[in-house]
Amino acid sequence: MSSHVLPDTEVLARYEAVIGLEVHVQLATRSKIYCACPTSFGDPPNTNVCPVCLGLPGALPVLNRAAVEMAMKAAMALNCRIRPVSRLARKNYFYPDLPKGYQISQYDEPLAEHGYIEVTSGGSRRRIGITRIHLEDDAGKSLHEGFSDSSRYTYVDLNRSGTPLIEIVSEPDIRTSEEAYEYLTALKQVLQYIGVSTCDMEKGHLRCDANVSVRPRGETKFGTKAEVKNLNSFRFLKQALDYEISRQVSLIESGEEVIQETRLYDPDTGETVGMRSKEHAHDYRYFPEPDLLPLTISDEWRERVRAEMPELPAQKRARFIETYGLREYDAQVLTATRELSEYFERVAEVSGDARAAANWVMGDLAAALNAEGKEISESPVSAEQLGELVALISKGEISGKMAKDIFQKMLATGESARAIVEREGLRQISDTGELEALINQVLEQHPRQVEQYRSGKTQVLGYLVGQVMKASRGQANPAAVNKLLRAKLG
Amino acid sequence: MKLSEDEVRYVADLANLTLTDAEVRKMATDLGAVLTYIDKLNELDTTGVEPMAQVLYEAGETETLREDRERPGLGSEVALANAPLAGGGFFKVPKVIER
Repeated sequence: MSSHVLPDTEVLARYEAVIGLEVHVQLATRSKIYCACPTSFGDPPNTNVCPVCLGLPGALPVLNRAAVEMAMKAAMALNCRIRPVSRLARKNYFYPDLPKGYQISQYDEPLAEHGYIEVTSGGSRRRIGITRIHLEDDAGKSLHEGFSDSSRYTYVDLNRSGTPLIEIVSEPDIRTSEEAYEYLTALKQVLQYIGVSTCDMEKGHLRCDANVSVRPRGETKFGTKAEVKNLNSFRFLKQALDYEISRQVSLIESGEEVIQETRLYDPDTGETVGMRSKEHAHDYRYFPEPDLLPLTISDEWRERVRAEMPELPAQKRARFIETYGLREYDAQVLTATRELSEYFERVAEVSGDARAAANWVMGDLAAALNAEGKEISESPVSAEQLGELVALISKGEISGKMAKDIFQKMLATGESARAIVEREGLRQISDTGELEALINQVLEQHPRQVEQYRSGKTQVLGYLVGQVMKASRGQANPAAVNKLLRAKLG
Repeated sequence: MKLSEDEVRYVADLANLTLTDAEVRKMATDLGAVLTYIDKLNELDTTGVEPMAQVLYEAGETETLREDRERPGLGSEVALANAPLAGGGFFKVPKVIER
């Protein structure tokens, strides 16, 4: 396969990409979509199968209610209109990992349509349209490599056959690979928030194909598109789109034409390669699934599901800014995942100091988790424990500096802040009587600095504060010391 | 309704069937006759009638959705019992050519 000479940035800048993404998301149900087999991952091959998902003759599918409700939640979160009646349809094609010979998907009457999601890209917020969301079953898994006779045989595991998926199709509203990345990130965040998928890309719970075309800037007609498959990590998505955009621009620049085809991204070379395909491979002969009723969603059912919807990231972001007075950026960071946002809120609640809670969660805690490669759910310090620590600072019982040391000990031992403070006698001294004793002692030991201060060299105050802090072994409340010293020195 | 031999070849190809020229001619006639018969339905005026894809319909007594409860699968021994070729717990098929 000859590599294309890719155009330089100046040439690329004269073109605009038009990208639409098709994202397949595995729903987090316990059982499959049309049968009761478990959806668990990593079991021995061909164990979680039954006549329905093996495609045995005469087996009849029955739709999983939870799969429908999760798809409805995804539709609501993505501002889609849910059809009161949608239809399951057969998509016919042959492949060894598709034992029925057809996929039960949705065609001209999908579950939901006409949605959008807000995406922040390059500092500006844009709305990316969602064309449709539909339900379908996943195929099994083909293994083309890894066995001694892999040159002659393909191995097929049907455990995944019948796993519930939704396909989310975007409008061709995406213009850059960065925006595609942001779109997928936002989609993943929302779907995880509402708990309909783990979106674990490594396990194939989130898979992405892209329709890509390019056109000269200012042109309103679409160019010929290519479908790029196998974009199964965030990094691949960006790389593959950048490559494909460059490839198409260089074709046009050299007077050739982009042909409409399916291309496969090869992560090893970073290139997309055209797939040989029969001309009419895309004639799927869809027809309404005779074994399943049309899917009827009553207003009452829809509203019952809507009532179960948790707060979405964008709403939560706005609420954090509004109720806790957080900055936009901080609110963005703290709402990145539902777990993190809930952890923060608990710390804020326990400590009674939301700003300080935000600083600790994004600062010391994030650094500690990062260093250990841990998720917030694995934090050795619970939200309640961190809240207690922050409260001790707010109440002036310990200083910020002491808190940092205590926090390190909490991380190491899992002990509560209060336990560490008491055991090590680490309370902050704010009591005026105690502080005055310390101050008097320091002033006696430093008559020269006292003299300097009184003769107008007030900058020695910092030195004297430092001496008092030292005498208290860091436990004196610096603000109180400052105030008392000034008063004493007159 | 007449079916052309090209249409027969196209449909046969989608169905992964290899037909001889004689079979194609026979199928064109036979399938054409089937379609002509089905075409009789077009004589009925169905203006304003909702298309019906299945004879089932949703009603109180028709349970159409199942609850999300899993049941153990058949296990690979049973699942693979009728497989023409199996190995290591997998179905084995001749090397797949992407189409």
